[in-house]
Amino acid sequence: MQAFLQQVVSGIAIGGIFASLALALVLIYNAMGLVNFAQGEMAMLATFVAYALISRGMSYWIAFPVTLVLAFGGGVVIQRVVIRPVERAPILTLVIITLGLATLLNGLAGFMFGYVPRSFPSAFSAQTIDLLGVFISYRDLGVIVVSGLVLLAVYLLLQHTTVGLTLRAAAHHPEASRLLGVQVSWMLGLGWGLAAAVGAVSGIMVAPILLLEPNMMQSIIIYAFAAAVLGGIESPLGAVVGGLTVGVTVNLAGAYIPFVGGDLQLAVGLAIIIVVLIIRPNGLFGRAATRRV
Amino acid sequence: MLQRIRGAPPRYWLVGVVVLFFVGFPTVISSFLASEWAQALILAIAIMGLNILVGYSGQLSLGHGAFMALGAYTSAILAHHFKMDIVATIPIAGLLTGLVGFVFGIPALRLSALYLALATFALAVVTPSLIKRPAGLTGGVQGIILTQPDPPGFAQSAYGFLTGTAMTSDQWIYYICLFCALILFWFAWNLVRHRPGRAMRAIRDGEVAAAASGVNIAGYKTLAFGISAFYAGIAGALFALATGFVSPDTFPVSLSIQLLVGAVVGGLASIPGPLLGAIFAYFLPIESSQWVPSQSWIPDQIASTVKNAGPAVTYGAVLILIMIFAPNGIVGLVYRGYVALNRRLRGAADRETGQMPPNPQTV
Repeated sequence: MQAFLQQVVSGIAIGGIFASLALALVLIYNAMGLVNFAQGEMAMLATFVAYALISRGMSYWIAFPVTLVLAFGGGVVIQRVVIRPVERAPILTLVIITLGLATLLNGLAGFMFGYVPRSFPSAFSAQTIDLLGVFISYRDLGVIVVSGLVLLAVYLLLQHTTVGLTLRAAAHHPEASRLLGVQVSWMLGLGWGLAAAVGAVSGIMVAPILLLEPNMMQSIIIYAFAAAVLGGIESPLGAVVGGLTVGVTVNLAGAYIPFVGGDLQLAVGLAIIIVVLIIRPNGLFGRAATRRV
Repeated sequence: MLQRIRGAPPRYWLVGVVVLFFVGFPTVISSFLASEWAQALILAIAIMGLNILVGYSGQLSLGHGAFMALGAYTSAILAHHFKMDIVATIPIAGLLTGLVGFVFGIPALRLSALYLALATFALAVVTPSLIKRPAGLTGGVQGIILTQPDPPGFAQSAYGFLTGTAMTSDQWIYYICLFCALILFWFAWNLVRHRPGRAMRAIRDGEVAAAASGVNIAGYKTLAFGISAFYAGIAGALFALATGFVSPDTFPVSLSIQLLVGAVVGGLASIPGPLLGAIFAYFLPIESSQWVPSQSWIPDQIASTVKNAGPAVTYGAVLILIMIFAPNGIVGLVYRGYVALNRRLRGAADRETGQMPPNPQTV
């Protein structure tokens, strides 16, 4: 029982990371109906920026917000330069462009920082504390707290500020918002920046666990896809619930199903995606898609 | 007969020239280069399959590397465990992969384009670890090593008669690949010009309108998936034959991306597109690491940058640029240039009357 709870707790910690990246995917999906295949690579590049800042002597807690700001800027620039020219293009074009972006960013990171895995510092010690018989490391606890704070911040921003309101308005009804004086295109840029910053958190949180290298996010993005699909790809709350569920499921499957073990955990993510898409394509919290013909 | 040949449209002549070029090519280049061009032809077959799916039927698959892996492993397992002739396993691998693709296409019907892209991408990422699991069958991480076939007697003597040199195993494999590519391109050409091709394009451009016109949406979409997977399976089997080796790491996600790059660069929904795209996608990484540094006129700084950045940066940048500026790829650019040139040449004569000359195609 104790071992089981142990697995659940570490599943929640890793699930918080998936939830952040899934939330980034949801933000962009809500803004323009697109799954951003480059989200993982954007987070990876941001993590490399954080690494560069920290290794130049900046303290972790200063480098963290600085990285988020830079990631935000990077997201806006990407939207302005790459996405804006094809904003109205068919979805096929957009998906191919984000894939190109993913390949480009991956190659750039490999070119600038090399493919040798680096250890990334964590702000929290690896010591464990005893919490009602379950040992939990400060590192896991820190990941849970930081992810929780980020998710809360995004929620407050979207639901309780004017910027959040305009963002949601621009996404839901671009024409009407434009008539009301909302600069829809810039709102898309803002959405991309926000998503990049939220994704960067997941990268910084996961880097101490996985070692930092250009392909670091390749498996995490699959789990984030699974989380977003499970929660319903347009629901921020769904991304959080989905992320935690996927984290716990994958961890438990790795520990208790001998066939899965350590090396087929990623296949569990794929299985979640496929099962959800076939049985309940709108996920747990998504609305049924309706289409006017 | 002579009349028909003389009256053939220019594109038939072009096809003839290209076919002759590919048939004669290995006799003038080294055996090693022939093996490289065989790889490019294999890539062209896989990209043709992807093109039928993405370009003609409008379903986006990012996991065609997984279908190639299935074809390659089918062929390798049949040849290695069941001692079959490896050339004979190629159609079996193609048919099996095609069947799997057809079955895969059924749940895919329920998915929107975006979800399909997502699911197939996840499949491509997971494929290497899925292959490793049944280690007894697939050889696990080590993979399977295959013996490459020697050219049979008739090919030996024909090649010797024509060129006066002995045919190497690589050249024989090249001709096998060329043979498959010719048949499959011919098949694709006929497919897209007839009923199934029209139906697929109708579905791509407007599913509801197509359904209203009596097109069997589910049937043609799964058919496109099946045919596309068949091409990928054949390409995978040829890949196993040409490299003589299959392992899980031969089929990473980047292979699926490479296929997509080829399809997009050559030009979606065109027949010559996949060939051009394959040549680009196959030779770009090789040339960027060999040709660019060997050129003295390119500054060292740039040359070493290109070499170190690897193909990923170029692939990514090309993918984005093509999608933004030339969504119809190389074929689209050439066609646009041809039309502009034609208009200029024929238009010049009639400038005084201001009358547009008739299009020779319709006369």
